[in-house]
Amino acid sequence: MRKLNFVCILTDFFCLLKTFGISLKCLATVMSNWKIRDLLSLGLLGLRHSRGVLTKYSSAGQTVSAAASVSSPQLQPNDAAEKILNLPLEKPDFFRVAELFSLKDLFDARVHLGHKKGCRHRLMEPYLYGCRLDQDIFDLDQTVEHLQRALNFTAHIAYRGGIILFVSRRRQFGHLVESTAKDCGEYAHTRYWQGGLLTNANIQYGPGVRLPDLIIFLSTLNNVFQQHVGVRDAAKMNIPTVGVVDSNCNPCLVTYPVPGNDDTPVAMELYCRLFKMTINRAKDKRRQVELLYGLNAPSPSNS
Amino acid sequence: MSGYSLCFTAVVVFKRKTWLSLGQLAFPCVLCRSISQNSALCRKNLAAAGPEKFTAEFIQKQIEEFNIGKRHLANIMGEDPENFSQEDIDRSIAYLFPSGLFEKKARPLMKHPDEIFPMQRAVQWGKDRRPFHFLFYTGKQSYYSLMHELYGKMLNIEKHQDRLRSKGLFSKDGHKISLGMSRWLTKEELEALLVENISTHDYNRFIQIMERLLSMPYCNIEEEFVLRFRHLLQTQSRHQMVSALQKDENGVAFSSAEGCRKTSHSTVVLRDCGSGRLSVNGQDSLLYFPVLQDREQLMFPMQFTGTLGRFDLECTVSGGGRSSQAGALRLAISRALLSFLSPSEREMMRQAGLLTPDPRVRERKKPGQEGARRKFTWKKR
Repeated sequence: MRKLNFVCILTDFFCLLKTFGISLKCLATVMSNWKIRDLLSLGLLGLRHSRGVLTKYSSAGQTVSAAASVSSPQLQPNDAAEKILNLPLEKPDFFRVAELFSLKDLFDARVHLGHKKGCRHRLMEPYLYGCRLDQDIFDLDQTVEHLQRALNFTAHIAYRGGIILFVSRRRQFGHLVESTAKDCGEYAHTRYWQGGLLTNANIQYGPGVRLPDLIIFLSTLNNVFQQHVGVRDAAKMNIPTVGVVDSNCNPCLVTYPVPGNDDTPVAMELYCRLFKMTINRAKDKRRQVELLYGLNAPSPSNS
Repeated sequence: MSGYSLCFTAVVVFKRKTWLSLGQLAFPCVLCRSISQNSALCRKNLAAAGPEKFTAEFIQKQIEEFNIGKRHLANIMGEDPENFSQEDIDRSIAYLFPSGLFEKKARPLMKHPDEIFPMQRAVQWGKDRRPFHFLFYTGKQSYYSLMHELYGKMLNIEKHQDRLRSKGLFSKDGHKISLGMSRWLTKEELEALLVENISTHDYNRFIQIMERLLSMPYCNIEEEFVLRFRHLLQTQSRHQMVSALQKDENGVAFSSAEGCRKTSHSTVVLRDCGSGRLSVNGQDSLLYFPVLQDREQLMFPMQFTGTLGRFDLECTVSGGGRSSQAGALRLAISRALLSFLSPSEREMMRQAGLLTPDPRVRERKKPGQEGARRKFTWKKR
């Protein structure tokens, strides 16, 4: 994996520097010339930033930012941007997604109902509460936890202006999913998945296309009850996924699985409503914070 | 990607040549080894480039040049630049650059750039690289958004039906859309409308769902949406230009018409006298056309409509040979007769082929052949 090699090389690089007594200050001037900050913020390690939202930044990144802040004078305009980006990271549930739903809502929407025992996927067993009259029942406590995590992550992605793609191959709910995406201002794909959509994007769409930063699967299976190609492709392209996994699905490759029912219209409407509300909330919050910092911008910030 | 490789090579170089001071480490690309390339690799791969793409600025420039050129042309022709229409442009170009080429598309032409350059997709994303359309990642955004809209309309109709049912006003033979003489848009027309390539399977699916929408009762609420995808059929007979019926001093109704065949041109004046006289270029038809076949050609339109002895013909014809002059006259007579007939008789004449000008002209001789089609004698050895 190229990313890991890059990090290894960087750490080797720093070791070498230390052995030859080259100060970090000189390194900082060189680094700022090469605009490694830009490289880190874009493409390769950009996703590392979004995934590490709930965890600390990698050590390499920290040393670089520390080094850069020592001397370069170009930093002041970026301070406001950094503050805007770091603001939601101060609290664990900054967007208060836990208030959007309760366990009772999930129960009323029949989210706890799974498929029959024969359809059960082995890896879904930890998420099941039990089995009644051959039908699997999800453990709603776990579902609530997973759903909160997933909604929180979606909110953070939406706050940072990421592209969210809703995927579902169920014809029954295709229109609903597309309308949800339209209302949020995000994107949807409920049609036939062409093979190279994510992996061959530059040729299919044209050079310079931006891939989605998050893919939300409202059903991880396709019409032939096999895992949707998008799950595997997103994992290949290092795109985080949120997925509603039913008892016959494979939750392995999904970054934030949400064990629950994906067949009932009530449950699907609940999920769509929840995602729409979180995304709108996050975007409104972003606009609020930008206005706030826009008002504070005239006052000079100390580096 | 290039930024990444830049870094990578720089780091590798630094590892190897550690005695280099930082000042010398200007730009690592200088230290890359150069690869010699074959000229064949440097040439543009024209086949892989795909259809030519025009930028928005280019099209804009072309539109400005067209508008300026239009005004210049009007000045050249001595006409008003403000009210210079496309027909005037075509007329002026045909006058200034006469061309005898058969292929109409090969002749000199001056049209608005929107009609010449095919409609192309602009870049689909904005400055922050977020795509504009919410179905961008499906690949066929216009087609799928059309299907999404269509499904929305069907849901709308079903909601309307439910509302009527709750009031008790629902009937299975509710208002349906009156289609009239129209057909569905063809696949090519739909592609032009959506500016996107559609497969036959997609097109058939679209038509299938539209038919299903039409079969639902109370679909008249979505009439304008459906009519957007229907093309009015133009019946042929409505497009006939019938020459006007005039009256001369004695109150005799007459009409005139022109006709041509191959290189002959003719004009005919048909008078409603009741004599049935035929004069061609001042001479009697028997003298001008000694052959029976030519005289039959002249008589046929009137014999077909049963007006043989009713009209008096005054014809002038020039150019071509015996048979082509007879054909030109026949066409002119049929056109002149139109103003005396009822619409059903006109339709009968059209179906008989009397009103169709014969498009056959002499085919040119080609080089390497003896004639238009005849090849030189093939010798085995």
